[in-house]
Amino acid sequence: MIRRLIAVWHARNLEFLRDRPTLIFTLLLPLGVVIGMGLIFGGPPRSLFKVGVLGTGPAAAVNPFLHERYVKSVPVHDEAAGLQEVKHQQIDLLLDLDGGVRYWVNTDSPKGYIVEKLLIAEDRDARRQPVTGQAIPYVDWLFPGILAMNMMFSCLFGVGYVVLRYRKSGFLKRLHATPLTAFEFLSAQVLSRLSLIVFVTVLLYVVIGAIIHFHSAGSIALLFLLAVIGSLSMIAFGLTIAARFASEEVVVGLLNLLTWPMMLLSGVWFSIEDSPRWVQWVADILPLTQVIDAARAVMLDGAGIQRIIPNLVYLAVTTLVFLAFGAWSFRWRID
Amino acid sequence: MRRVRPGDAVPESAPILEVQDLVKQYPSVTAVDGVSFAVPEGACFGLLGPNGAGKTTTIEIMEGILPPTAGEVRYRGEPVGARFHEEAGILFQKTALQDFLTVRQSVALFRGLYRHGLDVEEVLELCSLEKLAGRDNRKLSGGQQQRLLLAIALINDPKVLFLDEPTTGLDPQARRNFWDLVESIKARRKTIILTTHYMEEAQLLCDEIVIMDHGRIIAQGPPQQLLREHFSEVLLELPRHEFPEVARHLPLKVIEASDRVEISTHDLEGTLRALLEARVPLRNLRIRPPNLEDLFLELTGKELRA
Repeated sequence: MIRRLIAVWHARNLEFLRDRPTLIFTLLLPLGVVIGMGLIFGGPPRSLFKVGVLGTGPAAAVNPFLHERYVKSVPVHDEAAGLQEVKHQQIDLLLDLDGGVRYWVNTDSPKGYIVEKLLIAEDRDARRQPVTGQAIPYVDWLFPGILAMNMMFSCLFGVGYVVLRYRKSGFLKRLHATPLTAFEFLSAQVLSRLSLIVFVTVLLYVVIGAIIHFHSAGSIALLFLLAVIGSLSMIAFGLTIAARFASEEVVVGLLNLLTWPMMLLSGVWFSIEDSPRWVQWVADILPLTQVIDAARAVMLDGAGIQRIIPNLVYLAVTTLVFLAFGAWSFRWRID
Repeated sequence: MRRVRPGDAVPESAPILEVQDLVKQYPSVTAVDGVSFAVPEGACFGLLGPNGAGKTTTIEIMEGILPPTAGEVRYRGEPVGARFHEEAGILFQKTALQDFLTVRQSVALFRGLYRHGLDVEEVLELCSLEKLAGRDNRKLSGGQQQRLLLAIALINDPKVLFLDEPTTGLDPQARRNFWDLVESIKARRKTIILTTHYMEEAQLLCDEIVIMDHGRIIAQGPPQQLLREHFSEVLLELPRHEFPEVARHLPLKVIEASDRVEISTHDLEGTLRALLEARVPLRNLRIRPPNLEDLFLELTGKELRA
């Protein structure tokens, strides 16, 4: 079994490495996105200020500061999470209106500086609370999301599209005429993609990290483990789509149907904490959200394995569920 | 090792493959309709018929690729299973290989899928692919591509080899080269199951044939024996424009084709005399024995490649 698996794994690796345009695209796309986003978001601050509000008391509804032009309030459910967002510059200021106005602001953030002036102009009694720890630039906050998003595209389209191509060309039918089993074939595809994705992700981490002077706060080994388990889950996710269908339109449509919500809801670009509950619930079941959440915790906050164990377990369980479903519904040939 | 010549009676031995009452139904058509036959070990067994006769469906059910609606296929007395997949070599009518692999790597990939088999270099040599070993498999001519697919089919040193219309689309030279290759494989006492609609191919290579039409078997046996059973005549062929109107009134069995007329007769001398007396020019006359094409016409009333 291992021998057959290695034969298919090796051949697939050769095919990928020799397909130069795809290889170059895989490497350059995320690099361009990070540099572009860094330029856009690293420039002058936008005119909109985002203020996190703790508690849902009536004070928020009547507070004049929150009704200023260019100030947008978002509810924040607990203080620790709100402080984290201030540090990451996801919100410009955190406000607590219960029992006297208290606020937290990131002193390294230009937008935080301006919005603080606005607040004090409205309410001279507002008390500033210290924020400890280093502030994090947006580009750093974006970095884990970009890496994870690149992983997602490579996992879903890389495997999904390849299996579909093999089925359409009749190559799968030819393999079916050998002792190779569906499980062996799928495992070889998963492992081939996995080794390439992990390699590309490490490379991107090193190159982009050097460009933006990024240093992970947490363990690199833990990040590596997360990249492996996260990729496995998303590759297996892609296989569930490619396992059965023979139509390019259907497979590409379904892959788009999966990737777009993941890209928008998983918090790659912006936090979705001010979205409706159901949106957050949908976001939480997506593997990409779990990967990004864990990656940010490790890379930005230096979290240890205890913090990301739920994410890792979720990703491992979904890998098995997706793979089992893929092997069960797999078709070698077009009927 | 003695080479089995086409037409020779195949030595009695236990069949390597048995097909029993095979039926394959699709929603709108019955592709195979109750087919049974046995393939003797070491024979070259031909499945003949026009396009749509059910040859490919039958062979794909035998290969374990397609499930039958009813009936069964037994390999060495057992249902087709793991042993069959290890011991069978298959060349489909159309096969794409993995992109970006060289000829050698394509063969090596399949070598990795079998427990036992031949050395990659040995198979490349057997199929005259040594000089093409480093070439991208997408940059081969039709004949070279078929030789590569044959090499892949042979990599596990199969006991039984399936060739589904292996020379369709090849030019005459490439077809002849491929036949030579199949002859050399036959000499290794492999059992070969071949589908084709080229009668010349079947007559040259096959020890035993089954002729199919509309999903059913219409004749079965060694080619020479079938021809002897159905024909005791010889055929005379003349170009149509050299066959005068007056000769059409002679008491002869004449079949008119688009470019020629065929006269079927038991009495060759008498027929020639009658043609000479009618002043029919005989410089382009061809006398030939009936072939499988004629047999198919005789059995179905239609031309095989129609």
